[in-house]
Amino acid sequence: MYLSGSWINRILSSIADWAKGIYMSFYNAIVPDQRYLAYLQGLKITLLISFFAIILGILIGVLVAVFKVTAANYKIKWLSSICNVYINVIRGTPLMVQLLIIYNLIFTSRSSNEIIIGSVCFGINSGAYVAEIIRAGIESIDRGQMEAGRSLGMNYIQTMVKIILPQAIKNILPALGNEFIVLIKETSVASMIAITDLTKAAQYIGSRTWDILPPLIIAALFYLVIVMGLSRLMSVFERRLARSDNN
Amino acid sequence: MITTKNLKKVFGDNVVLDGINETIEKGEKVVVIGPSGSGKSTFLRCLNLLEEPTEGEIWFEDRNITDKNVNINQVRQKMGMVFQQFNLFPHLSVLENITLAPIQLGIMTKSEANDKAMELLKRIGLTEKANAYPNKLSGGQKQRIAIIRALAMGPDVMLFDEPTSALDPEMVGEVLDLMASLADEGMTMIVVTHEMRFAKKVATRVLFIDEGKIVEQNSPDEFFDNPKHPRLQEFLSKIL
Repeated sequence: MYLSGSWINRILSSIADWAKGIYMSFYNAIVPDQRYLAYLQGLKITLLISFFAIILGILIGVLVAVFKVTAANYKIKWLSSICNVYINVIRGTPLMVQLLIIYNLIFTSRSSNEIIIGSVCFGINSGAYVAEIIRAGIESIDRGQMEAGRSLGMNYIQTMVKIILPQAIKNILPALGNEFIVLIKETSVASMIAITDLTKAAQYIGSRTWDILPPLIIAALFYLVIVMGLSRLMSVFERRLARSDNN
Repeated sequence: MITTKNLKKVFGDNVVLDGINETIEKGEKVVVIGPSGSGKSTFLRCLNLLEEPTEGEIWFEDRNITDKNVNINQVRQKMGMVFQQFNLFPHLSVLENITLAPIQLGIMTKSEANDKAMELLKRIGLTEKANAYPNKLSGGQKQRIAIIRALAMGPDVMLFDEPTSALDPEMVGEVLDLMASLADEGMTMIVVTHEMRFAKKVATRVLFIDEGKIVEQNSPDEFFDNPKHPRLQEFLSKIL
């Protein structure tokens, strides 16, 4: 009895030590020197870069997709060549290489705003993927919709904006949401070019506490929460746009 | 009102329209019939340039609309078109389907367009569907709404491209009735259809197109009772 009791006690106390160790690691990764502020600062940068990159990505994506479809319809060779070069180069090269090239090529000034650098890089990258998603959406809409709009006297752009794109975007919303999720997570690559985003903040704290895992896990949790929030937002959108299906 | 001069349309090496010279006067109700693949739909779609003619000219209200300098969007406002597949806009309510183009084109204010749309819906007895979406409507309702959507623009001529071919048989009547009442009001109409009874009852003239040419045309009585061309005799013997 005595022997087995001490055996249990030894296990219990080692579990307690282990738990205390974990607690201390996370405590050190969050509380001293107001380190939680570093995460929040990093989170802010990550969110701002993601937000502006998504906006820029949508703008570029819609434009390139419409250009590409229009070029195909009206057989404008040069326009479709430009679009194809953009899409092929962006999709055919690694994001990190693009990031380093754009950073060194365009933003050579030290005083450049890191949010602008990040947003432009990731926006240009995302635009290529969004363009292909939207193009697929436009091509999924029956030809008769364009003909009906044109037969009423609306011009090509009016018909595209008022009739084709709203239906196309409804069809591709899940794919678009997926692309935004990938984009948000990929912004962690920005820590490679001295942008102090969430990932960079975690690495920085890890280098101070000599214990890298807890801050990385904390950063991972932040990303998880952002992505889950975005998924929720996208499904609200999907339901709103599905009004015409079940009204 | 509409004149085609040597109208030709070629897809690849397939000659669909082979030099059509035809004039349609104001107030006429012209029904176009012919076997499938004869070019009758292409003829209709060329009239408002949904298909670009390969050769020849189309004159509408004393203007050559095949001229590159003509604003085709303005011309189309005066040529209503009704499609076989209705082509209502599924993401817009019935009311928005009707008012979109008049508002977008600055022809009416929003409230004018709404009033006009409600008046047209009342005419076809579908005012209670104003806020419904197209997928909740029957085929016949969709097509009647597609017709008044075109009417809302105040067109001078209406083009119908097989308007009843995609409908269940019991819904054909309501669409044809609406078209007949338009005809009674004096609308100029060009109708591609397989509904021979409609042609007999409403048409002022019937055209028979075969292999890209107008082979025969006549008043409906003569056309059906006394066909002259052997191709038309054969065609009528098959369908009547």
